[in-house]
Amino acid sequence: MTEDQRQKLLQELLEKHKAGKLTPAQRYKIPQQNMPEQDPVTRRSNVNEVATGYTETQARLEALRCLQCKNAPCVQGCPVRIRIRDFVIAIAEGRYKEALSIIRENSLLPAVCGRVCPQENQCQLTCTVGKKFKDPTKAVSIGRLERFVADLNQNAEATPAVAAETGKKVAIIGAGPGGIVAAADTRRAGHDVTLFEAFHKPGGVMVFGIPEFRLPKAIVQKEINTLTKMGVKIVCNFIVGKTRTIQQLLADDGFDAAYIGVGAGLPNFMGIEGESLVGVYSANEYLTRANLMKAYDYGCGSDTPIALSKKVAVVGGGNVAMDSARTAVRLGAEKVYLVYRRTEKEMPARIEEVHHAKQEGIEFHILQSPKRIIGDQNSHVIAVECLKYKLGEPDDSGRRRPVPIEGSEFVIELDTVIIAIGNKPNPLISQTMPELKITKWGTIVVDEHTMATSVPGVYAGGDIVSGAATVILAMGQGRIAAAAINESLSKK
Amino acid sequence: MSHKIVSKKQLSQDVFTAEIEAPLIAQARQPGQFVIISINNEYAERIPLTIADADPEKGTIRLIWQRVGKTTAELSDLQVGDKIANVAGPLGNPTHLEKFGTVVCVGGGIGNAPLLPIAKALKDKGNKIISILGARNKELLILEKEFAGTSDELILTTDDGSYGRKALVTEPLKEICQRSPKPDQVFAIGPAIMMKFCCEVTKQFDIPTQVSLNTIMIDGTGMCGGCRIEYDGQPKFVCVDGPEFDGHKVNFDLMMKRLNAYKHLEQKEHEKYKKHKCKIGLDK
Repeated sequence: MTEDQRQKLLQELLEKHKAGKLTPAQRYKIPQQNMPEQDPVTRRSNVNEVATGYTETQARLEALRCLQCKNAPCVQGCPVRIRIRDFVIAIAEGRYKEALSIIRENSLLPAVCGRVCPQENQCQLTCTVGKKFKDPTKAVSIGRLERFVADLNQNAEATPAVAAETGKKVAIIGAGPGGIVAAADTRRAGHDVTLFEAFHKPGGVMVFGIPEFRLPKAIVQKEINTLTKMGVKIVCNFIVGKTRTIQQLLADDGFDAAYIGVGAGLPNFMGIEGESLVGVYSANEYLTRANLMKAYDYGCGSDTPIALSKKVAVVGGGNVAMDSARTAVRLGAEKVYLVYRRTEKEMPARIEEVHHAKQEGIEFHILQSPKRIIGDQNSHVIAVECLKYKLGEPDDSGRRRPVPIEGSEFVIELDTVIIAIGNKPNPLISQTMPELKITKWGTIVVDEHTMATSVPGVYAGGDIVSGAATVILAMGQGRIAAAAINESLSKK
Repeated sequence: MSHKIVSKKQLSQDVFTAEIEAPLIAQARQPGQFVIISINNEYAERIPLTIADADPEKGTIRLIWQRVGKTTAELSDLQVGDKIANVAGPLGNPTHLEKFGTVVCVGGGIGNAPLLPIAKALKDKGNKIISILGARNKELLILEKEFAGTSDELILTTDDGSYGRKALVTEPLKEICQRSPKPDQVFAIGPAIMMKFCCEVTKQFDIPTQVSLNTIMIDGTGMCGGCRIEYDGQPKFVCVDGPEFDGHKVNFDLMMKRLNAYKHLEQKEHEKYKKHKCKIGLDK
């Protein structure tokens, strides 16, 4: 459909809509608007954002697909309960400022969440339109609409109002999505807020992990700037548990409450032979080198090198695996294999990411998993020996368990292996805080209504509590914790 | 917060030391720990450097480094009053200190720097300290005076015989291990190859040997796993599990390969940096 055809269709539909005559059956017939994207061949050699965003016409057409269900099941599907139905109709009717302020009631980072939320497992999973087509990817494209309206107003937002100073001090540990939200919410209540970050730049997984082509760093920086304008102090290179402990912050440095949002930063390895060979990376290392440290500019400014790979295998099936594989393509790899021990159906990655990865030429090797990594006499990776798998009975996660097929070994020749099989919780804080209750997996135990930990005045949220989860869940928990902190400090 | 260089000295042709403002780290740091620094915020690489000493009252830490690549060369070109953008730490676990009895401290080249605070702390615990310091030549032997003040016995070696005994550190180490009674504990810090051969010697005499490893790191907090080594057949992270390990269980050969992973790329960058300097004449 050309832009002219879309405009014409939009005019017709809007007239009917205004007259209250647009029936659900007619709405179902509106074609779902595809996200405009950079050409797959072109984008293989740049780091610019792949999805370029809806035009206004597309956004309004897409918004008109919404049935405005009375019970708004989409809202129930959203971890932070954004009034989705209301912001979608506002977009359809061209009330963009209002749409954005509706989103902002519940989410501080719409430009981020519109891009990286797994909508097909959340709001779009419960959407009636998606149910009608028996496919959440055919639901109203809520994420794309959220992004559209967030991007439109990029320069027009006012800094959120801050209440009168309370004189209470709050320490937020970890400047990722949860920490950013907790910092903003506690600052809005008038507290003196310091955001501590271990890296030299704030943003957490949004700057070291998620690549530029999926989430431009400028968007994250804008949110950080908003925090600074609100008066949140940001201290980088500060490793809580090492530079100062939480006990010191609370007892000696005058903080009245602390929020731990440090993420799950300890990469899992498989425990197979050859995992420490030269050319084997954790996804964290590979992505951090490429994103935060800008290794793609090595030799043209950046001082952080990265393997100049020709053939790469990425092990895993999540978003991080897709990000790693697609980063390897952009760094010049000729062949990139994605090795996953279950099938595509069980992959935890977003469908869109899988689709993009395939478009960019990444070869999927499903029902396979490395048995050992093979090196040459210089301990450089030259191959990986894999086993084939079949699916057995469902396991605890509800997914069918992969079972190795004996004697099915085969060898893939390559020069780089990236392990993207998740993270364990980082022990730096719990090690220095024996009174903090943790689970046998190392995650912090909290009261889920307040995110309060076993230590008075100390709250926690995000991946250090849930294991590996999403940006939006971390934000949701940061918000719950901030509300509890504000409530508790108001009584002090 | 940036970190001002308050004093700087060249210890040998390629070895430098500087005191750097870092009040919180100076307070928190214990022997054996390190920092991660980067010179600027945009493009600079993050590198780990051991904290050689600290003055909590002055709020400074002392770093010692060897000019081997572009980043350490840039660091060497900074002057008193200049600032280092990022200094994060103290990282890693502190040295396990106790009264062992007789402790041999073996330092090689730049390794003398991290070894010194450990030797001092061991001395304070009441240990008898025998120090063996080695270098390629006289010019590269650093911190002799400081070790002399801390050691009950001090042995110096150079590869070329230009100072002290003409030998590798393993030679006097072996002799000391043969003494009766044999030493109770060895600390060896220096180039990987030196630590490897020290461990081979002490293993024959069954003397526990701690080594301090300086692998490639990015974050230093366990997040990237780039620093991992093979320890007793299992992967361990130098940043959160170390930096000190039982040297008899470390796979040094693999560690050395990993240390050299980017050498070919880095040499090119270092050459480029040196050339660039000459062109604009700032090095004059």
